[in-house]
Amino acid sequence: MASNTIKFEKLPDRLPPSNTVGWMAWVKTNLFGSISNTLITLLVFYLIFLYIPPFIEWAFINANFSGSDRSVCDENKAGACWTFVKVRFDQLLFGLYFATNPDQMWRPIIAFIGFFGLLIPLMIDKTPHKKWLLITLLTIFPVFFLLIVRGGVFGIPDSDPSQWGGLLLTFTLAFVGIILALPLGILLALGRRSKMPVVKSFSIIYIEFWRGTPLITILFMASVMLPLFFPSGVEFDKVVRAMIGITLFQSAYTAEAVRGGLQAIDKGQSEASMALGMGYWQQTIFIILPQALKISIPSIVNTFIALFKDTSLVSIIGLLDLLKIAQNSSRSLDWNGYDIEAYMFAGIVFWIFCFGMSMYSQRLEKKLDTDRRE
Amino acid sequence: MTNNQAETMNDDSTIISISKLNKWYGNFHALKDIDLSVNKTEKIVICGPSGSGKSTLIRCINRLEVHQEGSIIVDGVELNDDVKHINEIRSEVGMVFQHFNLFPHLTVLENCTLAPIWVRKKSRNEANHMAMELLEKVRIPDQADKYPGQLSGGQQQRVAIARALCMQPRVMLFDEPTSALDPEMIKEVLETMIELAESGMTMIVVTHEMGFANKVADRIIFMDEGQIVEQNDPETFFNNPESDRTKLFLSQILDH
Ligand SMILES: Nc1ncnc2c1ncn2[C@@H]1O[C@H](COP(=O)(O)OP(=O)(O)OP(=O)(O)O)[C@@H](O)[C@H]1O
Ligand SMILES: [Mg+2]
Repeated sequence: MASNTIKFEKLPDRLPPSNTVGWMAWVKTNLFGSISNTLITLLVFYLIFLYIPPFIEWAFINANFSGSDRSVCDENKAGACWTFVKVRFDQLLFGLYFATNPDQMWRPIIAFIGFFGLLIPLMIDKTPHKKWLLITLLTIFPVFFLLIVRGGVFGIPDSDPSQWGGLLLTFTLAFVGIILALPLGILLALGRRSKMPVVKSFSIIYIEFWRGTPLITILFMASVMLPLFFPSGVEFDKVVRAMIGITLFQSAYTAEAVRGGLQAIDKGQSEASMALGMGYWQQTIFIILPQALKISIPSIVNTFIALFKDTSLVSIIGLLDLLKIAQNSSRSLDWNGYDIEAYMFAGIVFWIFCFGMSMYSQRLEKKLDTDRRE
Repeated sequence: MTNNQAETMNDDSTIISISKLNKWYGNFHALKDIDLSVNKTEKIVICGPSGSGKSTLIRCINRLEVHQEGSIIVDGVELNDDVKHINEIRSEVGMVFQHFNLFPHLTVLENCTLAPIWVRKKSRNEANHMAMELLEKVRIPDQADKYPGQLSGGQQQRVAIARALCMQPRVMLFDEPTSALDPEMIKEVLETMIELAESGMTMIVVTHEMGFANKVADRIIFMDEGQIVEQNDPETFFNNPESDRTKLFLSQILDH
């Protein structure tokens, strides 16, 4: 019988043909794969060649960094005027109050250091006691921030929040909007799926109302109408009004992002937890939300990024966020005409933080995914 | 109330008694006049064609489905809208699902200890201890720190059994526990269930595994069109079925 069986022999592995691997092959297939592909590639190269070198010359090679007034820039118009950004840096970061009271500048600086000191370790995988860092960031830090930046107690001079500005204000509005809107949004998303008609319709009306209204309108309403709802003695400053408006608006978007996650959870999950005798809140907290939030991280972060950028709309109620203060500076007598530098600086700062959030959410998503599988 | 007392006094060994149970999905009459009483330690297998209401019936027992007429009394407590009663009964009645429904974001051990800690208010230590004991019984103690997604289907279903047992239920419901499994894994789950049966647990099992039914069941119930067509001990059920409907069903599933 043995003579009838075929002996299996493994063929040796060979390398793929050289014209299908390596960068040459990649260039050939991806950049010059067809005639239209080749034309587009050439056009893009031409445009890069046309615009990038002059831009680099303007932004770096010929740029002005020195000096402390516009005379340097006025003499050398061929380059960007970063002197302007340098001189107005305090204002761009902290707004008018702190820029005009340099002896108080340590306050926002410490607040920034505290903020990033808590945030950055939170984003690093190996940090121990993350839970406590997060709790500190969400509870102790806001109080600390209020004490030190707002002042008015312990002999720290009161800084009028409507005089805050720049990146400080942008951060404050975005941070408050994000941390208040997340729990509110979660509750609204749960409410929208509730079996109780009153809760359900309230949530739907709330969400659809705020989603259907532009943030600008809400900010106007918050600044004009909010005082009407409170007794005449109660005064909110502009920043608090903006915070309320932003939170109401943002919670509707967060709710929809969370709802997307809730919908993706298999019915079997709640059935299994019900069968174990868990009540609604136990199911929600231990089983449903952890899974739903994980799924909705990308869309939640998207709403955060949108909010971070949207904070610049507060300029219409007279607050000087980063963008507005940059614009104002470039229109001041001292620096009139340097708008491009102002907008470019604001744009880059916004981009850095938005891109950072986006990168972090991608990492988080991957990490939570592998946690489960491997 | 009187009904409740009457039932419990009627027979001390009855743990579940269902009478005149009717259930509709919209206009669709899914369960029709079901009467069923289950004794302590009794093992009941329910079979029947697809759509006959088997799942609906056992899901009514822990109120995953709400019935409209009739009464269900579990361990002396009547199931009604009272949330307290519902949760009381749910923690006495364990359930194993066709698709396992393990919690994917929790480890095997956490899957088993969550409800004992939060529903039964056990200490974490005690819950861990019992979970490990039960994971050992279903023969997967070494997987305790893994996530469900890392286990085979058979292992996942055994975890699901352990998870339900961690609540120390008095009754276990199984809804087609092996029908989502690859053939080579069915055996390991059935063996676990046989051991559980031997330990004296009251069990109601919806399954098409007739070998299991023959070996374990005290009573086999055949359902069709939302009704109980017949119920008998395995011997009679397989060899002398009473109704032609049962005969037809048996000939269909025993053919292959
Ligand atoms: N949520 C629901 N809404 C409407 N109809 C339903 C619902 N659940 C089940 N049904 C219907 O009720 C009937 C009984 O369903 P059930 O799931 O109890 O059957 P089954 O005997 O378990 O069948 P299978 O063997 O396929 O699991 C079926 O006709 C089904 O279509
Ligand atoms: Mg079924």
